[in-house]
Amino acid sequence: MDSQFLINTSLYVLFLPLLGFVVTLLLGKKVRSIYLFENLVLILTFIASVFILYNKLANFPDSKIVSEVQWFSLANTPIFGDISVKLGIMIDNITAMMLFVVALISMLVHLYSIAYMKGDERYNRYFAYLGIFTFSMNGIVLTHNILMMYIFWELVGLSSYLLIGFWFEKKSAADACKKAFIVNRVGDIGMFAGILILFFTYRTFSFDEIFNSISSGILPFNSTFWLSVTGVLLFCGAIGKSAQFPLHVWLPDAMEGPTPVSALIHAATMVAAGVYLVIRIFGLLTADAMLFIAVIGMISSFIPATIALTQNDIKKVLAYSTISQLGYMIMALGVGAYQFAFFHLVTHAFFKAALFLGSGSVIHAMHHEQDIRYMGGLRKKMPLTYWTFVISSLAIAGIPLTSGFLSKDGILASSLAFANLTGHWLFPITGFLVALLTAFYMFRLIIITFHGEPKDHHKFEHAHESPFVMVMPLVVLATLSIFVWYTPNPFNADQGWVLSKWIEKPLLHTPVDTRFDFMKPDSEGTSEIKEHIIYSSSYTDAMHHAHYPAMFISLFVALSGILLAFIFYHWKKVNVDTLTEKIKPLYTFSLNKWYFDELYDKTFVNGTILLSKALGWFDLKVIDGIVNSAAAVTKSLAFFIGNFDRIVIDGLVNLTAYLSGFFGLLFRRIQTGKVQTYIVLVIFSIVILLFIFR
Amino acid sequence: MVSVGLTHFLVISTLLFSMGLYAIITRKNAVMVLMGVELILNSANINFIAFSRFGNFGYSGQLIALFVIVLAAAEAAIALAIVLNIYKNLSTVNVDEVDNLKD
Repeated sequence: MDSQFLINTSLYVLFLPLLGFVVTLLLGKKVRSIYLFENLVLILTFIASVFILYNKLANFPDSKIVSEVQWFSLANTPIFGDISVKLGIMIDNITAMMLFVVALISMLVHLYSIAYMKGDERYNRYFAYLGIFTFSMNGIVLTHNILMMYIFWELVGLSSYLLIGFWFEKKSAADACKKAFIVNRVGDIGMFAGILILFFTYRTFSFDEIFNSISSGILPFNSTFWLSVTGVLLFCGAIGKSAQFPLHVWLPDAMEGPTPVSALIHAATMVAAGVYLVIRIFGLLTADAMLFIAVIGMISSFIPATIALTQNDIKKVLAYSTISQLGYMIMALGVGAYQFAFFHLVTHAFFKAALFLGSGSVIHAMHHEQDIRYMGGLRKKMPLTYWTFVISSLAIAGIPLTSGFLSKDGILASSLAFANLTGHWLFPITGFLVALLTAFYMFRLIIITFHGEPKDHHKFEHAHESPFVMVMPLVVLATLSIFVWYTPNPFNADQGWVLSKWIEKPLLHTPVDTRFDFMKPDSEGTSEIKEHIIYSSSYTDAMHHAHYPAMFISLFVALSGILLAFIFYHWKKVNVDTLTEKIKPLYTFSLNKWYFDELYDKTFVNGTILLSKALGWFDLKVIDGIVNSAAAVTKSLAFFIGNFDRIVIDGLVNLTAYLSGFFGLLFRRIQTGKVQTYIVLVIFSIVILLFIFR
Repeated sequence: MVSVGLTHFLVISTLLFSMGLYAIITRKNAVMVLMGVELILNSANINFIAFSRFGNFGYSGQLIALFVIVLAAAEAAIALAIVLNIYKNLSTVNVDEVDNLKD
């Protein structure tokens, strides 16, 4: 088993979904059952990704497999000199795990969609779009340079756009896909600027080469400030794609797409691409950039959690919880908890996909009713959906024995340790508060949807458990939300194989004086590789101390959140309606999503419209005025020249012609054609000449 | 008895020339026009001979007169041929009607 074989397999993983996309799209209208081919392709992709995961972890656990080919090279360009751009694939443990997550969830969503989308008029096209999404997502995961990542980044944006607007007959869906696309562009501009700075400085796109150059002391514009700026700019891409504050507004609207799409793209994989990007560029983040990232993550975890408390659309609640959990991951990266961030990405992908597919199962059973106020009592009708939903909710709430507890606890402990070392106590406080809110709104959702009495009896009577292909993915994903897959000890993941063996510790390449204190190497002059591995012993100590407090606090807030949900909605000890009446302003503030959409409508949308109106006025009055006056000047000039031509030039020409004609007529009289006349004239002339030349 | 001098010859010659010119200009018939031409030629001949007789030019005048007679014969032949051709083509010898040159 050599590494080249792994590279070849990864090419299969990358290009099989593309093949599925092309075939399904081209034959979709002719062959009704072509979607089976797309499903088969995804099963093969999944098998190949399992193969890669197994071989990478078993045979090359510590090495990074890189393979690159020349794409194009330019000689003697201005400014840059010789450029050579390479395409390449890099497989490390994180790549292998992410590939597995993407392929697994994509396969399960494909199978699930067979039943969920049955009867849709664009059935095959739907599967084709899923295929191109899987292709581009795998591209993001596998690439070894940031240029290719940017290309695939835009491709997932495109497939997200296509799938959100899949039911484009609905105006809300058409608007939502436009909104998602445009909001993502805003973030991508920052990312593009970051890429340009990197290329301008290092003449390469490859992550490894950039990191090596930073390690050898080359900085953008020779200043650590610009290194921080570059990190923040690249992070802007993640703000857009991972729906972080202030660009989070597109994700809830993206729920207009089919529910399996929300599970795959807008919960498990594509929105995690932002986190994946930050993981990839972690080596060049300075302390300032990391603090910025942590603050953005903290805000993005808190605001959506408060909004999710009051939403009544089952998918909207899950969408806000997704933003909140992504905020957790981003905050974890900001406070240096690189391993826990990726761990949470993986566990969140599984349980959030399970939640979304579960909500899809409910929506399917309720004949596309999404409002939880019309649900209730579904527990007995749909036991499998109910239990998988409960397990996933326990995982997201962070209850022991679930995967979510392990990763979330790790993040909270890291933020606590970070606060202990740097004094930023807001991060752990917000973290625990969000954990409380998460547990509360998830169980509010479960109780209103599955417990109690049915509100809409007609729909309740027709509700039924979903078919096998829809339930099977739920069971698989819920099973993956149990701790046993990650660690033998359900209370501490540190000794588990995922954290201790699979997820490598990150390498930092930034200059030592730009890092957080706890990320500086302990003693100077140690070996080269130790220089880059972050976390000093003080951090290890802090983490050790933070472990038990974090675990107990998070367990306490999660349980109290669940308890509050039961008190409010199950036992109805507190009348929720009178409570909302008492805190009416807060309630409406949350229900209206903190008025972000209205704010952006007033400022950016209206601003853009005003700007375009001003530009339109400028075009209409100034530009058109210049053009029109130029036209008028030309016209009058042309009129003048035309008249000059007509009167003077034509007059001269006509006069010549007229004179010629006149003289012609005159002399014509003389030309009688009679010889005798001519003779008379000759003689007459001779007589005259004789008189003259006498 | 008045002796015949140069002047008498010149007068005769001038009268003959004038009659020839008159014939050329006024006659309708092409043959008459040709006759006018002959008259003019002969008036020139009289001039040549008169000057040859009364001037000191030797016999050159008489020689030229001989040439002119020969030339007149040839000219008459050619001119009559032209007139015949005109008659063949236009069925007339009236010079007034022969005005194709105008077109």
